[in-house]
Amino acid sequence: MSRLASRFNVLKHAGRAALIPYITAGDPSPEATVSLMHALVHGGADIIELGVPFTDPMADGPVIQAACERALAAGTTLSSVLESVVAFRRDDTDTPIVLMGYLNPMDAMGLPNFAQRAAEAGVDGVLIVDMTTEEAPETLPVLAEAGLDPICLVAPTTTDDRIRRICQRAAGFVYYVSTKGVTGGSGIVAGHLADKLAHIRPYTELPIGVGFGVREPADAAAVAEVADGVVVGSVLVRVIGEHTGSLETTCERLRAQVAALKQGIEDSNKLSLAAQ
Amino acid sequence: MTTTAEAERRIDAHGPNNSIKPESLPDGRGHFGPYGGRFVAETLMAPLYELEKAYAEALADPAFDREIQRDLTDFVGRPTPLYHAATLSKDSGGAQIWFKREDLAHTGAHKINNTVGQALLAKRMGKTRIIAETGAGQHGVATATIAARLGMQCVVYMGSEDMRRQSTNVYRMRLFGAEVRGVDSGSKTLKDALNEAMRDWVANVDDTFYIIGTVAGPHPYPRLVRDFQSVIGRESREQAAERLGGLPDALVACVGGGSNAIGLFHPFLNDDVAIYGVEAGGDGVATGRHAAPLAAGRSGVLHGNRTYIMQDDAGQIQATHSISAGLDYPGVGPEHAWLKDQGRAVYVSVDDRQALAAFHATCEREGILPALETSHAIAYAQQLAATMRHDQTILVNCSGRGDKDMASVAEAEGDLS
Repeated sequence: MSRLASRFNVLKHAGRAALIPYITAGDPSPEATVSLMHALVHGGADIIELGVPFTDPMADGPVIQAACERALAAGTTLSSVLESVVAFRRDDTDTPIVLMGYLNPMDAMGLPNFAQRAAEAGVDGVLIVDMTTEEAPETLPVLAEAGLDPICLVAPTTTDDRIRRICQRAAGFVYYVSTKGVTGGSGIVAGHLADKLAHIRPYTELPIGVGFGVREPADAAAVAEVADGVVVGSVLVRVIGEHTGSLETTCERLRAQVAALKQGIEDSNKLSLAAQ
Repeated sequence: MTTTAEAERRIDAHGPNNSIKPESLPDGRGHFGPYGGRFVAETLMAPLYELEKAYAEALADPAFDREIQRDLTDFVGRPTPLYHAATLSKDSGGAQIWFKREDLAHTGAHKINNTVGQALLAKRMGKTRIIAETGAGQHGVATATIAARLGMQCVVYMGSEDMRRQSTNVYRMRLFGAEVRGVDSGSKTLKDALNEAMRDWVANVDDTFYIIGTVAGPHPYPRLVRDFQSVIGRESREQAAERLGGLPDALVACVGGGSNAIGLFHPFLNDDVAIYGVEAGGDGVATGRHAAPLAAGRSGVLHGNRTYIMQDDAGQIQATHSISAGLDYPGVGPEHAWLKDQGRAVYVSVDDRQALAAFHATCEREGILPALETSHAIAYAQQLAATMRHDQTILVNCSGRGDKDMASVAEAEGDLS
């Protein structure tokens, strides 16, 4: 069983949704990434989503765009991101890691080469934002052959036929994009989300994670009630971007922010247990 | 100036390759060989299918074609003339250079051919809001114009660096009632404006139609824009038969994203005509400061399609440099990438200095003020003419007028004179 599958399994038995914080690797510097990843885990991350910076992040809002620019200015490359994963794995062999990025840097490394290096580094899943199921026949099998779970997006606009095809190719978990828009938006409507996830469930046995638009612990709590995973990105990236002090204090702030989100999820868990 | 390599390229460029059936591309998945396709965030797949379906229905409806023809005639002012640049031809000392006068189209460039087509499609689809990206501002102006005529809301994204270089066009867009939103991310030029327009579209897919200005982006845009721009080549063929007594020997057009070029080239792909696309050489391709992905880039994925792009070893998109904002783009339409690989078209580059020289020559010798983009094509046509016979002909797409470029030229002459 993959690290992602077994983590979701454990959480399912505990009756709790996974907290999946996102940070952009290499922001503010490649050297900081490993410490920031550990801070996420100390705060309560169940799975880490690690962004691979790209010059043209079309699906990202201003916060993550700025993080990409900072990371690239600091010399971050896909190779250095994989080196960070290797270093993280020296101290943490349990927390699943999902790389999230755009196709071109992976394509430039050579997809089979990238997949092999990522798997060896200890990456568990890969989400390629601009890889659609139409273009996937040439791509996703390469990831799966290397032992990586291809994480696929389902959006509010996705038709049923596409939900079916996407779920056939996906592994690890299905990532539901909760709002029409780029990352860092707001406006998750919990009621709509419950309906939407109920609609997707029959197409897949995989857990469903929800992201794009989760900001506050209360959002995380609302999403956790209906989803198997809660992805939180821009609010955490903002903590890193706004903090100019030492790496140690950035890590502490990041940890505290993640812990607050985690608390939100656990409160929702208690509420739903009490309701039963 | 004819080197051996140059002569070989000319032979390659001359004449159709029988294995190519350009009318059959893109295929059902939007691919031109290995290029093109749909590489976008999942949210945009439904609107892309919606667009593909609406376009297929429009093509089957004679009323849509009549509507486009009427606007191209009455609003755009087509057909545009074919003009013999007799003095430039004489100066070049070889082949006869003819201009397809897209600079005389409404709003001063070929861009309007596409925006009229896409806006009428948007109207058919019941969309009420139009968005666009623009580099030099010509596509933005052409979009703002048709949006005003059709009474649709219009937002144009433009890199803040380009807004500075092309302030006249910003003013024109605002006169037409468009909102121009400056883009400060990345290199603050066309590629970043395109990113921002895509982000807007993702957030507003229900009521918004995104009018892409070039033959790039996810399928079906490269095909859509090509089809709407092919009026340039179709008219050119008819006019050439009448004025030149047959087909021209060569076609020349500048290539940024490549819409004016594909518009001219496409109807000639099966003919015995040499085809040259001219990329922006900036400070010179050898310096790395240029915008010539076909000359110096490699295959990658940007803005929804696979094509040649300018990228570093790590797959990050590189900054581009050109005196011409409209050519200052790190990618190129996927059909051009395919035509290059097939050897059906030859792609060359002209640097800033050569383009400026052609700009002045065209002003002084022909009384025509060409856009800086267009000046790249004219510069190469002059070089090419010198290697050809007096009875041969080169048809250049005079894709736009240069009124917008006064500030850029004045700024550059300070550096270059």
